[in-house]
Amino acid sequence: MIINFLFAAIKAGTPLLFGTTGEIMTEKTGHLNLGVEGMMFMGAFMSFFVAYHSDNLVLSLLAAFAIGVFAAFIYAVLTVSFMANQNVTGLTLTIFGTGFAKFFGAMMIDEAGGSPKLSTKFLNAISEKSIPVLGDIPVIGKLLFSHNPLVYLAIVIAILCTVYMLKTRSGLNMRAVGENPGAADAAGINVTLTKYLHIMVGGGICGLGGAYLSLINGGGIWNNSSVVNGQGWISVALVIFASWNPAKAIIGSLVFGAFSVLQFYVPKNIIEIPNAFYVMLPFLITTFVLIVTSMKKSKEGSQPAGCGVNYFREER
Amino acid sequence: MFKKLLSFTLALTMVFSLTACTAKNATTTGDATTDNAAATEGAATSEGTEETAATATGLFAPVAKEDIKVGVIHIGDPADGAGYSFAHDQGIVAMQQALGLTDDQIIRKNNVSDADAVAIRTAIEECLEEECQIIFGTSWGYMDTMEQLAAEYPEVIFSHCSGYKSNGTNFNNYFGRIYQARYLAGVAAGLKTQSDKIGFVAAMGKDNSEVTGGINAFAMGIESVNPDAKVYVKVTNSWFDPTLEQQAAESLLDMGCDVIGQHADTTAPQLAAEARGVWGCGYNSDMTKDAPAAHLTAPIWNWGTYYTSAVQSVIDGTWTGENYFGGLTEGLVAISPLSDNVAEGTADAINAAEVKILAGFQVFEGNIVDNEGNQICTEGKALTDADITGKMNWYYKNVVVQ
Repeated sequence: MIINFLFAAIKAGTPLLFGTTGEIMTEKTGHLNLGVEGMMFMGAFMSFFVAYHSDNLVLSLLAAFAIGVFAAFIYAVLTVSFMANQNVTGLTLTIFGTGFAKFFGAMMIDEAGGSPKLSTKFLNAISEKSIPVLGDIPVIGKLLFSHNPLVYLAIVIAILCTVYMLKTRSGLNMRAVGENPGAADAAGINVTLTKYLHIMVGGGICGLGGAYLSLINGGGIWNNSSVVNGQGWISVALVIFASWNPAKAIIGSLVFGAFSVLQFYVPKNIIEIPNAFYVMLPFLITTFVLIVTSMKKSKEGSQPAGCGVNYFREER
Repeated sequence: MFKKLLSFTLALTMVFSLTACTAKNATTTGDATTDNAAATEGAATSEGTEETAATATGLFAPVAKEDIKVGVIHIGDPADGAGYSFAHDQGIVAMQQALGLTDDQIIRKNNVSDADAVAIRTAIEECLEEECQIIFGTSWGYMDTMEQLAAEYPEVIFSHCSGYKSNGTNFNNYFGRIYQARYLAGVAAGLKTQSDKIGFVAAMGKDNSEVTGGINAFAMGIESVNPDAKVYVKVTNSWFDPTLEQQAAESLLDMGCDVIGQHADTTAPQLAAEARGVWGCGYNSDMTKDAPAAHLTAPIWNWGTYYTSAVQSVIDGTWTGENYFGGLTEGLVAISPLSDNVAEGTADAINAAEVKILAGFQVFEGNIVDNEGNQICTEGKALTDADITGKMNWYYKNVVVQ
């Protein structure tokens, strides 16, 4: 029972991990992108559209990544080059992305004459498979080695991003830009390029989160109404929970995923709590974490100092 | 320089859009006046016919088939391809085909929120401007606004789905005994299960009579063929949420359920069952096409049955303003064709149950005990329609909430 619960938690947490990792990349370079929900929506649509027509998992994921990069590029042009307000631009991107996916989603439904469904071949490619030998180990086998391929992809991306951020020179540059773009500029770092690059990569990763939602969570059927359904917003909250570290985001997304499925695994005949309580829990925990981290006042686990402030060289 | 240029262009755009708006307004007002004129004309002629057609039995004069216009207010978008609004729209399409109406005789208003009284009123008034003689509101929340408009426009018929208000003349409500179809689906589920555990993904909790009544009828259908089987219920608290529905279904599958029933709008529970290689009963539309390896049969609505008879009665001038609560007998509810996944003998068992219902078996009759041991109904008695639609706040004895 507990194993089943944790397994479901990992499954529910994975799209959040994509979104959180993407948003951490963006915020670490000094930009708060509230468009995660929109980028996920666009990624969800593109991956489904390509998967529906090509039956190819790699192409479908590339398409989701590409549309995420494109959406983040719009955001970057507006906030980095034109100094537009980051919050407003991000919110606009959310609205735009949602509309984009629903508009073309409706066209896809019209074209298919009903809810489009992915082919069995494609669904097999993304289904849960247990890895030979490792998958047969009791308990751990099911928990760690029996997932769909996107779960592993999310974890690999999160680890790669952590290593990149903390151990490489360009990762260091990116963090410098996020903390103090003026100083980074004086040190000879190309601030604009660094920002563009990481905002776009972050957007691409968010797009992959959308792909997970439409390909795995949607069960292979496109419905136009609630694909992303607030997961993007939870990802933004999760960034704080993970204290801007993708490796911690792995744990954080697991915790949030666990909360989202908790209501179905708590025996109702023993403990009777209203469902609204379970829906509230992740946000309650985030609040709690915020209080604790603000009391600790550690420099490491806090928001990049330059986050949310546009860098204007002439006003340095 | 760049900023100046940008602000100049923006200002220009705004000025332009301003003029564009005024122009558009002017034309709409023009349209509205002509529409009104036409409406008064239409009313005058229909009054004229009323006097001549004194033989008609209904409350309203007959309308020529070429002149009738039908308004439909949907809460969702039928273009979704499945689910609630789609099922209703299929009914409208069936009515249109059966009566041979043209496309411009059907006025659809989609995505009308049922929590926004202004939006509902606007949508209906747009239908009135198009001179609709009958307007169907398909969502529960349209009820109060439709009641008000029915009083304001006594010459137009307002027909409302699933509510409880009506005025006996130009405002009625319609719904169906879907629980009869659920009973039949329960027979299929009860015969199929091997673990004697049947899961049910419910949109709403025990306090919702529509959902709970469906679960009870499903459970009674199961019990009629398999007294050992239990029904396990998980509530999502949402009419439409594929992610939650999938998660609820998976938690039921984890408990060992091998048939998944549902009162939820998406196909997610059926797809979850298919992914685990077990079975399920869908809802609203035939989900065999979505989950061919898992689906047994689904309770479905044939709204076309009501829409056709209602519009026909307006054309014939036989509209009586009576409420409509159809079931298997009228063909308003049914189960989708049995798939190849059903257990042997299912077809015969379902036929027998259907014959029993058509012969007067009311499902909620006789000795009924809930899962807390309370006696709900006794031998020789049956629950009234009011009890079924409004007071179904108990689970049948083989239902487990865990």
